[in-house]
Amino acid sequence: MIRVENLHKHFGGFHAVDGASLEIQPGSITGLIGPNGAGKTTLFNVIAGVLPPTSGRVTMAGEDITGLPPHALFHKGLLRTFQIAHEFSSMTCRENLMMVPGNQAGEQLWNTWFGRKRIADEERALRAKADEVLEFLTISHLADHKAGQVSGGQKKLLELGRTMMVDAKIVFLDEVGAGVNRTLLNTIGDAILQLNKERGYTFVVIEHDMDFIGKICNPVICMAEGKVLAEGTLAQIKANEQVIEAYLGTGLKNKDKLAEAGA
Amino acid sequence: MDFLNAFVALSNFVLIPAIAYGSQLALGALGVTLIYGILRFSNFAHGDTMAFGTMATVLITWWFQSMGISFGPLPTALLALPFGIAVCAALVLLTDRGIYRFYRRVKAKPIILVMASLGVMFIMNGLVRFIIGPDDQRFADGARFIVTAGEFKKMTGLSEGLALKSTQAITLVTAIVVVAALFWFLNKTRTGKSMRAYSDNEDLALLSGINPERVVMVTWLIVAGLATIAGVLYGLDKSFKPFTYFQLLLPIFASAIVGGLGNPLGAIAGGFVIAFSEVMVTYAWKKVAGYILPEAWAPDGLVQLMSTDYKFAVSFAILLIVLLFKPTGLFKGKSV
Repeated sequence: MIRVENLHKHFGGFHAVDGASLEIQPGSITGLIGPNGAGKTTLFNVIAGVLPPTSGRVTMAGEDITGLPPHALFHKGLLRTFQIAHEFSSMTCRENLMMVPGNQAGEQLWNTWFGRKRIADEERALRAKADEVLEFLTISHLADHKAGQVSGGQKKLLELGRTMMVDAKIVFLDEVGAGVNRTLLNTIGDAILQLNKERGYTFVVIEHDMDFIGKICNPVICMAEGKVLAEGTLAQIKANEQVIEAYLGTGLKNKDKLAEAGA
Repeated sequence: MDFLNAFVALSNFVLIPAIAYGSQLALGALGVTLIYGILRFSNFAHGDTMAFGTMATVLITWWFQSMGISFGPLPTALLALPFGIAVCAALVLLTDRGIYRFYRRVKAKPIILVMASLGVMFIMNGLVRFIIGPDDQRFADGARFIVTAGEFKKMTGLSEGLALKSTQAITLVTAIVVVAALFWFLNKTRTGKSMRAYSDNEDLALLSGINPERVVMVTWLIVAGLATIAGVLYGLDKSFKPFTYFQLLLPIFASAIVGGLGNPLGAIAGGFVIAFSEVMVTYAWKKVAGYILPEAWAPDGLVQLMSTDYKFAVSFAILLIVLLFKPTGLFKGKSV
């Protein structure tokens, strides 16, 4: 589905992504884990076209999409959410969802004045769809609330809802669970599983909550210092020496060695 | 004590001129605020965009006048206005294609765009002077007054006259219509909502599939319209002189910032705050005071806080006060 080849992203002398290569299988829910600063979000940003890569290639179903702008990727079915939920704060939750599919008839100036009926039909269909999505995410009661005023967790749901307004092919979720309580996290997890099964969305999920990763993700990819360290099931990843080292540092291991040496 | 005459004098010299001037500033500030909200930079070329649009309208007005086309009691300039807007829109879109789009592509910092707009300002400045010359141009025709001071005195029997120029009435009516249309557009149409979404959160708008180039194009079209209308109304009310439009930049920016940059409602409020302050501070209150106060207290001096030569100091002072105490403006815009 998505293939990343030897991707680099440097900020001055700092190599945030340093030669990462990975492949996302269609129909999978891939977990992306790694310590803070491993370059996970930067990798997302480069794939989603927010940042241009320093070097390397990203392909989607064989087509080169390196450096395409976000709105072009959107129309190819590549969507993402943000680590800190973004929303159009002055619009209601329903309006937020209705913003989603770009290139609507109403966006043409001509139609604004002369294509009123087409726009009205389109709006009606969008509205019905938005209500359906809100229902699915169990936040129907928030439809007419300003999106800037709902809770952080609900904003996360809204972000997920945004991806449901169109037929996405692949969705990148950046820390969907951050700052979300357990109950809501389960709702989000169920929604992801259901979307994956029923609509065939491919997901890539950055997450620090291992229970959540274990519940929905297979395979899991671990990154550290801008590189891909290991790939496999969560159990395999957890047993991987390099991964433990990346998370816990070498200090602990040295201490063990010292202990073995009887010092 | 004569409150009626005092009120008439006040209306004649303060209220009516300030309302007309405020409407013109509000329309100008709306353009600045839209650019700031959507393209995220302070467009210093706005004053000269107004001058260019007005110049185009003036030239077309003269052509209409020479052809014998008139608009009855209304100024011919109103007929020429749509064409002036079209010419101004073409120039502004060309500028965007040639200059600003490059800086957007390379994701330049706002200050670089501001500097680029400064360059655009100088070029437009020269262009306008090159085409129409630096002098005062008159292009107003049609009925000059709706009510003259003499008629008003005869009608009411008061000793104070009240003159209502037709351009002042046209300014107010046009401003109301334009602002209503703009707010309808921003709040009710899909294009307007895309603009608001883009202004609110650019990243998210892009990831919602909104095409940024289209949003930017529509913004420039609206800004060209607003700038030309504001410029033509100002020119009809006073006269058209390129340098005056360059000078208008200060009160216009002051209005946009006082109201809160990026907030259209704020731009309108800011326009009126600046206009009223300017007119009230530079007005000689002797006459009004003479009517209200008992005869013994009637002032000998002009009771003028500041000479009209210093009227720009007023907008500058208000700008400073707002930036010091409420940098996001009265209506919570983006901070500068």
